[in-house]
Amino acid sequence: MSGRSSGTMTLPPVAVKIVISGGFGVGKTTFVGAISEIEPLVTEAEMTERSIGIDDTSAVTAKTTTTVALDFGRITLDDALLLYLFGTPGQDRFAFLWDDLVDGALGAIVLVDTRRIEDCFPAIDYFEEHEIPFIVGVNAFDYARRFDIEEIRDALGLDPDVPMVECDARDRESVKNVLVALTERVLARRLGKERAGSAW
Amino acid sequence: MTGTPWGPDPRMIPYAGNPSPSTPSRAPAGERVGLHSGADEDPVVRPFMLTGGRTRPLRDGLRIETLLRAAPAALSAPLRFESRRIVELCQAPMSVADLAVALRAPLGVIRVIVGDLITDGYLAIVEQLSELPTSLIERIRDRVRAL
Repeated sequence: MSGRSSGTMTLPPVAVKIVISGGFGVGKTTFVGAISEIEPLVTEAEMTERSIGIDDTSAVTAKTTTTVALDFGRITLDDALLLYLFGTPGQDRFAFLWDDLVDGALGAIVLVDTRRIEDCFPAIDYFEEHEIPFIVGVNAFDYARRFDIEEIRDALGLDPDVPMVECDARDRESVKNVLVALTERVLARRLGKERAGSAW
Repeated sequence: MTGTPWGPDPRMIPYAGNPSPSTPSRAPAGERVGLHSGADEDPVVRPFMLTGGRTRPLRDGLRIETLLRAAPAALSAPLRFESRRIVELCQAPMSVADLAVALRAPLGVIRVIVGDLITDGYLAIVEQLSELPTSLIERIRDRVRAL
């Protein structure tokens, strides 16, 4: 441990991850770009033709790699606190990347486009199944018909305690609000757990 | 013990060069992979070329947000290009994803190189708390609000 005199705290930095999810074209890239301090893109390369038996080396030559671009944002909250945003790939064929992306996340934001509500079902199912705290952000597209937020909740079959917020993925303040709403959700869930725990 | 980690990953992509870890990335390319000719049917450098075709890191637990830090002494180690760059970048803590952006390489490639560097003692994971304390989540909320 070197005593660097850079004026930063001696504690090691903490990296926190939030996952941005939703259907293809719902505004994840815009959302991340509205708040990130870096160009929001990182790539992953994966084997295609994954159905080939892993022990069948004769088939190896038939494989190629596919590169998928992931939305990636970084926000330096202070000297010792980094917030990373990662967008899940929208296409189903990259769903196998999700576990890596979501593992260890503080929570998730599911973006919804009211014209294609069903696109976010896989994301909601995933986070419910894995007990990841999440909230739903209803991205306001100018030309989309406005729905009552409770109407959307019904359409999504969401638990009443999952927060829903309207947002504009292009607007930094709006994106901030969504992130704050997620942290509130995480805190509320934690308090709920503590209460439940103390009741035993 | 020494042989197994370098064996071909079952999912590896074709790599025509010598799979030895010390082979420079500009090793003579075979018929399938045109690394620097650019005229073959596949002009793109295959992403896992940098790892000798290995797609799985020696080290588990490397998340995209995992922070890494290199010892200053690692700067004088005899490392090849990408590894050297990573060690330079990680003089201040850097995440796997940040490295992937800086090196313009896929996350999986970075994971393999980083795994090697950790195994060789040049790089260390900045250990994270297993569960974030409530006060830290409140700090995140307040800092985001103040952005």
